[in-house]
Amino acid sequence: MASNAAHRTRRRALKWLHFFGLFLAMMVLCVPGLWVVLNSFRPTVEIMAKPPVWIPNELNLDHYRAMFGGVGEGGVPVLTYFRNSLIISVTSTVIALLVGMSGGYAFARFRFKGKAWIFVGLMCTRAVPGVALSLPLFIIFARVGIIDTHFGMILTYVAMNVPFTIWLIDGFFRQIPPSLAEAAQIDGCTRWQAFWQVEFPVAKAGIASAGIFAFLTSWNEYALASQLTRSVTSKTMPVGLLDFQAEFTLNWGGMCALAVLMIIPALILTFLVQKHLIAGLTFGGVKG
Amino acid sequence: MAQVHLRDVVKNYGPLEVVHSINLDIADNEFVVLVGPSGCGKSTTLRMIAGLEEISGGEIFIGDNVVNDLPPRERNISMVFQNYALYPHMTVRENLGFSLKIAKRPQAEIDKAVDEAAEILSLTPLLDRKPGALSGGQRQRVAMGRAIVRHPDVFLFDEPLSNLDAKLRTQMRVEIKKLHQKVRSTIVYVTHDQVEAMTLADRIVIMRDGHIEQIGTPLDVFENPVNTFVATFIGSPPMNLLNGVVRDGAVVLEDGTTVPVPPGYQAREGQAVQLGMRADNVMPVGHSLPPTEHMAQIEMDVNLTEPLGTETLLFAELAGAEVQAKMLNPRPVEAGERMTFQVMLDKCHLFDAESGAALRG
Ligand SMILES: Nc1ncnc2c1ncn2[C@@H]1O[C@H](COP(=O)(O)OP(=O)(O)OP(=O)(O)O)[C@@H](O)[C@H]1O
Ligand SMILES: [Mg+2]
Repeated sequence: MASNAAHRTRRRALKWLHFFGLFLAMMVLCVPGLWVVLNSFRPTVEIMAKPPVWIPNELNLDHYRAMFGGVGEGGVPVLTYFRNSLIISVTSTVIALLVGMSGGYAFARFRFKGKAWIFVGLMCTRAVPGVALSLPLFIIFARVGIIDTHFGMILTYVAMNVPFTIWLIDGFFRQIPPSLAEAAQIDGCTRWQAFWQVEFPVAKAGIASAGIFAFLTSWNEYALASQLTRSVTSKTMPVGLLDFQAEFTLNWGGMCALAVLMIIPALILTFLVQKHLIAGLTFGGVKG
Repeated sequence: MAQVHLRDVVKNYGPLEVVHSINLDIADNEFVVLVGPSGCGKSTTLRMIAGLEEISGGEIFIGDNVVNDLPPRERNISMVFQNYALYPHMTVRENLGFSLKIAKRPQAEIDKAVDEAAEILSLTPLLDRKPGALSGGQRQRVAMGRAIVRHPDVFLFDEPLSNLDAKLRTQMRVEIKKLHQKVRSTIVYVTHDQVEAMTLADRIVIMRDGHIEQIGTPLDVFENPVNTFVATFIGSPPMNLLNGVVRDGAVVLEDGTTVPVPPGYQAREGQAVQLGMRADNVMPVGHSLPPTEHMAQIEMDVNLTEPLGTETLLFAELAGAEVQAKMLNPRPVEAGERMTFQVMLDKCHLFDAESGAALRG
């Protein structure tokens, strides 16, 4: 009996420890985000207050109003930045997915010379930090005349994302037994139909997750964009954040408001695709 | 309705030749089973017939047409894969109807064909499930259903039962046989299980290392194996093989035991041979079938017994080799007991020791 009670206390203690650990982890993850959201809704005085004010006294939309306001009153061209970000991210993601699908499929299904080395080469490109490329890229883009254009940014992000999408999508196609496409061919499909009717739908979830990664990478990228974009014609939202930085002042509230606007589409996308991800990951057509 | 002919069909993977110029004629409505040990080229041969694997030489006919260069979809065949290869994102109904949908048949016709196939294979209650929610045996039936909806000329099966447990395998074996009687179509079936081969086949094709060793009806390959490979591969327990030398019309085993050369076989004086006898034809005196014209008697020490109920399998030793024998109306046998056995000579075989070929006279 005694040992039973001891056992129970220990289990309860463990459970609380567990909760505490989770709480700590979640705090590390969530507090900065919460802080950003909170700051975007409260006056600058409160943001700067020392010691920090945790429970806000007053919430308002001043920062948002100012941001969308005229250039003189602390406004920034939010909509233009948003549009630039959207065009660049969506286009580069679509292209990276198309290339990733072709490449991933080829790596998963076909045998060709130098396959292993090409694969290693692709992975190596990921080892180079993006910033290290910013100067060479800047010079080349300036020469070619694609600095500060959507095209230049799309090109950069496609190059950045393709190795990753190929690698991810290769993994997903590898999990699909080749006999699935063979069965489809016997059932009357051409090679091409077999891909679109069977292999693509089965790998769809994986391809979608590769898409999220590519999209978020482009959407959030700052280091290269800050060098390769100059003006409202191509500046993306992360670069736009710097508009709130004057010589001696930093408009924290405005920055946070823009950051919130940046986070929202990414969250929406992730939620939309996530349902799909889970639904698609149940995989039972082959023996199990 | 179609015959299948293979003419000198060869398959290379790079410099490696895995199927060596095989010839095979399969009649309309025939159930042919390709059997052989792992890696002997059964699947490769089947996949060449399906068009999933290019052939490196020779010709394949389905019906009267050479199909060498036709893609799988133009050969009017169905195939059941070892892993079933069901489409995981489609329901059972969609899986069954897929080939007809691709062929752009009217929906009413597809529904009718699917219902019919589901009826034959008792899949009707499962039609709206996805393959992930089916048991192994049910998946297997869906795979067969997918094959029969299109009424193909030829069915190809690649070890369709190897992922099922023993009981289900026996059950499905019967179903496949029934199915063949119902749909009446040419079937090429691959397995490495000789029991499956014996029970299902009209004719068995025994393969080894990319060669065809023997083609014949189950009874034919069982009773007249052309070499020691076929002799030991077909039948359970495997045929006993004893090394010996021919002297004066008898086989002298290594320990001096002599057994007359079985009727129908011929060997040179002094030729090194292997005497083949199945357990069913070696029985202890008093526990055997009634004696026939050609009988021989040998003495052996029994080392081990395996009671099977109506009979007992005896493991004895003769001339340094293990011999399995059967005992009818069994009585308990002590290990080490010496017994006299009757050998039914007219069911025994004689092979050349070097080439393994049967020495038919
Ligand atoms: N893509 C390939 N490249 C090289 N060799 C191959 C390839 N596919 C098969 N082989 C070889 O061809 C031979 C025959 O293979 P196959 O799959 O036909 O054997 P199998 O008789 O079906 O065996 P199992 O009973 O194990 O399925 C094997 O030795 C195998 O190693
Ligand atoms: Mg095989």
